[in-house]
Amino acid sequence: MAYVAPAEVEQIPPAEVEDVELYHAKSWVTKYVFSQDAKVIAIQYSATAIAIGLVGLVLSWLMRLQLGFPELFDFIEPSDYYQFITVHGMIMVIYLLTALFLGGFGNYLIPLMVGARDMVFPYVNMVSYWVYLGAVILLIVSFFVPGGATGAGWTLYPPQAILSGTPGSEGGIILMLVSLALFIIGFTMGGLNYVVTVLQARTRGMTLMRLPLTIWGIFTATVLALLAFPALLVGAVMMTFDKLLGTSFFMPALVEMGVYLDYGGGSPLLFQHLFWFFGHPEVYIVALPAFGIVSDLISVHARRHIFGYRMMVWAIVGIGALSFVVWAHHMYVSGMNPWFGFFFATTTLIIAVPTALKVYNWTLTLWKGNIRFTLPMLFALAFIVTFVNGGITGLFLGNVVVDVPLSDTMFVVAHFHMVMGVAPLLVVFGGIYHWFPLITGRMLHEGMGQFHFWVTFIGAYTIFLPLHYLGFLGVPRRYFEMGETNFIPESAQDLNAFVTVVALTVGVAQIVFFINLFWSLKNGKLAGHNPWKACSLEWRTAHVPPRHGNFDDLPVVYRWAYDYGVPGADEDFIPQDVPPDRVSTGKGEV
Amino acid sequence: MMQRLTILAPMTALSFFGAAGNAFAGGRSEPWQMWFQPAASPVMERIIEFHNLLFVIEVSIVTLVLGLMCYIIVRFNAKANPVPTKTTHNTLLEVVWTGVPLLILMVIAVPSLNLLYYADRIENIEMTLKVTGNQWFWTYSYPDHGGFEFDSVIVPDDELKEGQPRLLTVDNEVVLPVETNIRLLFTSSDVIHNWAVPSLGLKLDTVAGRINENWMRINKEGDYYGMCSELCGINHGFMPIHVKAVSKADFAEWVETARKEFAGAGGPAPVRVAETGAR
Ligand code: HEM
Ligand SMILES: [Cu+2]
Ligand SMILES: [Cu+2]
Repeated sequence: MAYVAPAEVEQIPPAEVEDVELYHAKSWVTKYVFSQDAKVIAIQYSATAIAIGLVGLVLSWLMRLQLGFPELFDFIEPSDYYQFITVHGMIMVIYLLTALFLGGFGNYLIPLMVGARDMVFPYVNMVSYWVYLGAVILLIVSFFVPGGATGAGWTLYPPQAILSGTPGSEGGIILMLVSLALFIIGFTMGGLNYVVTVLQARTRGMTLMRLPLTIWGIFTATVLALLAFPALLVGAVMMTFDKLLGTSFFMPALVEMGVYLDYGGGSPLLFQHLFWFFGHPEVYIVALPAFGIVSDLISVHARRHIFGYRMMVWAIVGIGALSFVVWAHHMYVSGMNPWFGFFFATTTLIIAVPTALKVYNWTLTLWKGNIRFTLPMLFALAFIVTFVNGGITGLFLGNVVVDVPLSDTMFVVAHFHMVMGVAPLLVVFGGIYHWFPLITGRMLHEGMGQFHFWVTFIGAYTIFLPLHYLGFLGVPRRYFEMGETNFIPESAQDLNAFVTVVALTVGVAQIVFFINLFWSLKNGKLAGHNPWKACSLEWRTAHVPPRHGNFDDLPVVYRWAYDYGVPGADEDFIPQDVPPDRVSTGKGEV
Repeated sequence: MMQRLTILAPMTALSFFGAAGNAFAGGRSEPWQMWFQPAASPVMERIIEFHNLLFVIEVSIVTLVLGLMCYIIVRFNAKANPVPTKTTHNTLLEVVWTGVPLLILMVIAVPSLNLLYYADRIENIEMTLKVTGNQWFWTYSYPDHGGFEFDSVIVPDDELKEGQPRLLTVDNEVVLPVETNIRLLFTSSDVIHNWAVPSLGLKLDTVAGRINENWMRINKEGDYYGMCSELCGINHGFMPIHVKAVSKADFAEWVETARKEFAGAGGPAPVRVAETGAR
């Protein structure tokens, strides 16, 4: 307890402001629909994100079917395939994971974990969700306009994104860009809320260095997002101008199907820089909350203080900062200056250091712990393994020259699905198994959970490991109807078909998870007040599930969130709001 | 059979690194191929060498972490270790393990950046090939041989002749001499494409309004295949690359016939950057 030994606890400062009166919902509509309660908004965000995520999942099946069995699924046209790819990528990265981690987990956990009654600006928070919903709806609508959704790839590179050789270049691309702009606006409202709440609404005694790492992860990710999304917004607005007004921000002089266009002087590469200035931090916008949540899951379920808390915090902040200076590693084959390559390869390698620190600290938190293989713990362990795996393949891609044969192949697809697809999703599941008892008052069913875990974990590896191998062969990504070419020899095509079968199976198996959610809502074991015996404040509310306003009296914090296995204490954990003199010990001393 | 076994036991495949270089005729991937296509240029040879170093380092790290995880799971589960320890940090350990990854990164970075420089340096150039990406075919021009140029378009499945690989065959392959330092200029008439030939270690975007430069040297005569590697619209998957490397003498001969064949031709004229500027 080097950091917050109870003896060191100084006087807790008196409250600086009076407890505010929260907005009182008068009707069902203001309580559950246009709600200003961060917890309800969190559920709305999560439900919407998961629903759209399922659309993304179905799109991935269609793509996999096409890749695995090209003859059978020849009704999937190239334009369909590219639309599926694009919308799948967009949905998964932005509308699912970003929204779920920040809008979902962020909204639910931030006020509870810092000991606040709600977000600082509840009304803006509500608007944030509705704007997000608008963005999601626009995205879906884009499938139904003439020409369909855009098929420009989730990277939306101009010139092709707005030229007629690409599906959806009529209306789809515009709807996509507007939807992104809406998403960013909505997110900014929410994001400002999260940041201000963490900085300003912590309860008495909750110093920054006593925040649970979940909050550090979500907070840092939100700051990243607030800084990174504007680059995408600018890119989207400029591209909309290029398309609608005929400006030439990203458009050089060029022909479209043999006809000269009225563009000239723009730079396609400018868009790539803007996109990846957002795009790389985006990886960490998804990864940092996952880091934070995993740290907490491990600590609680191994009954061990987090090892090196301060280092963990600085690693999160450091990774966040570094993630802004590596973006051009996505552009090694764009023909950039080798000195750029030199710089970006170096910074990319350096990011490995704080990341390695986190893995060490997780390992040491587990070391000599009292590990309980609860579902959240299983998912957390699976995350660590997957993340290390995915991170390591990133070292291949980070080195400019080795990236050359691998860039734009299935190897890249495998790499990013491991680090930013599978790994964060494992944490999402772990988090849901962990906090479901708080949200609903009931435990999820263990047997169904175990089944879900093993199928998902083993399945994810079975799907994505073979794709690394296909990448080595040189199988390009974003290729429609490869079937058997000599880039995809027969042996590899068999593998492709196998992957498709596994992907479908794993996808369908997720049904068990949803059955579990609904079944447990009514029939789950009653959770009681603190089923995992955790120290952080979200478990210290008067009611489970917590009501509007969260706490009866705001708690006062006396220690960090990791007092597990305190020597001399009767119980093996001391919640954050227990004052030193109230810790019951056999010897009367802590 | 050997190849099958290596798939089942990826670790033994480590010993195949050496062999991978000359096991196949090359130019495209083969059934049961394990690694990269065999190198046909000095740059790709070095890339494979460096990749092998990386691979060993990375497999060791993953194995180490996995092993540690397994040990922890067995040794410190709730039953095996009922009393968790209280240590919160250990300064010596922390310093050491920040140092170790830094060292490993140095070991990686030095050869990596060296090779980056090597791959980019263009020296003793003997001829130039200009590659223009179009939706959805390539235009090749030979400015040092009289400036003739031609289009290279995919041959559809139903016109393939015996032995021609599907989705990789084009009407006019790009013919180049072996053991010659060739400067490559890349541009595009419309969207971004990417000229990629794995066995030559080449992959570079073609961007309208820009010229990217690179070089290559082909070691052996043979057919080397590649595919467009930057999403460029609906037919992105259907603009393959076929490099036919021949001896210098054969190349000279080919240039003579090609000059006549493609004189004044060039099909749907590719954009000349100068022209569009004057528009
Ligand atoms: C449910 C399992 C999933 C399967 C089976 C799957 C499958 C695929 C497939 C087949 C592609 C197209 C590959 C290509 O031809 O280039 C793809 C692309 C992509 N996926 Fe997934 N995916 C899954 C989950 C995810 C998740 C969770 C994410 C979140 C990060 C994600 C992000 C992406 C992205 C960003 C692309 C690239 C889109 C593009 O090339 O523009 N996927 N996925
Ligand atoms: Cu990146
Ligand atoms: Cu292409």
